[in-house]
Amino acid sequence: MTNANVSVEIDSSAAVNIFQDTVFIEDLRTQMLKFARLQVRDNQIAEDAVQEAMISAYQNIDRFARQAAFKTWVFSILKNKIIDLLRKEKRHTAASQLEDGPNLNGDALIEHLFEENGHWQKDERPKKWDQPEHGVENTHFWRIFDACLDALPAKYGRLFMMREFLEMDTPEICHNEEVTVSSLNVTLYRARLRLRECLEDHWFQKETS
Amino acid sequence: MMKCKQATQMLSEKLDRPLSAKEKINLAMHTAICGPCRQFGKQMEMIRGLSKSYSKAKESDDK
Repeated sequence: MTNANVSVEIDSSAAVNIFQDTVFIEDLRTQMLKFARLQVRDNQIAEDAVQEAMISAYQNIDRFARQAAFKTWVFSILKNKIIDLLRKEKRHTAASQLEDGPNLNGDALIEHLFEENGHWQKDERPKKWDQPEHGVENTHFWRIFDACLDALPAKYGRLFMMREFLEMDTPEICHNEEVTVSSLNVTLYRARLRLRECLEDHWFQKETS
Repeated sequence: MMKCKQATQMLSEKLDRPLSAKEKINLAMHTAICGPCRQFGKQMEMIRGLSKSYSKAKESDDK
């Protein structure tokens, strides 16, 4: 017997079972909310987007074929929901908001950190981060971490989140975001540079002084 | 000779892609003599670890 008759499609009832896994769905929902909040900086819109994306995923589960890609698929729905909601909410439409943040970013940050000859500016050289017992475990630290993430320009925050929180791989992110590999790598570098600077200024330096 | 500006970018890209043999050698030569970039490298790894704990911490918070 050959397996020519064996269907390669995943039984959609098996896919629906994903929604019965409450632990998985709760974790997913938490990640989606964080993602949405980073994008829109508005809790209500973020919650709405997640809610709508979840419903849409549930209703369209038969379109979804590969279980391994479930997360990516749900996040692509979420991304579209966020875009829809932002379009409705004109007050969030400033495109520049996606690139700019409240602090130095991109080339300006790099110019600030490095001398023209490519070496660190004296004052900006990374110092050793002490990690006292209570350090990174305490809630105050996580509040600062949160604030530093929020302070990233939206585009940095989004790509950083896809890589570090959603653990999406490079081809997946590039495909979803329509960016090249090198532009993704540069953006991640800039996001980490900014985040490092923020953590050093607001946590690690404060601790020792 | 690699400068700090390129070295820091390599130290970040190291987390996103495998570096070529040439890049690895240049980076190792740079970090061997540059303390601040060695710190930077450690901090890049720490930021990755912190990001992981952050998602975990948030999940248990919310419950």
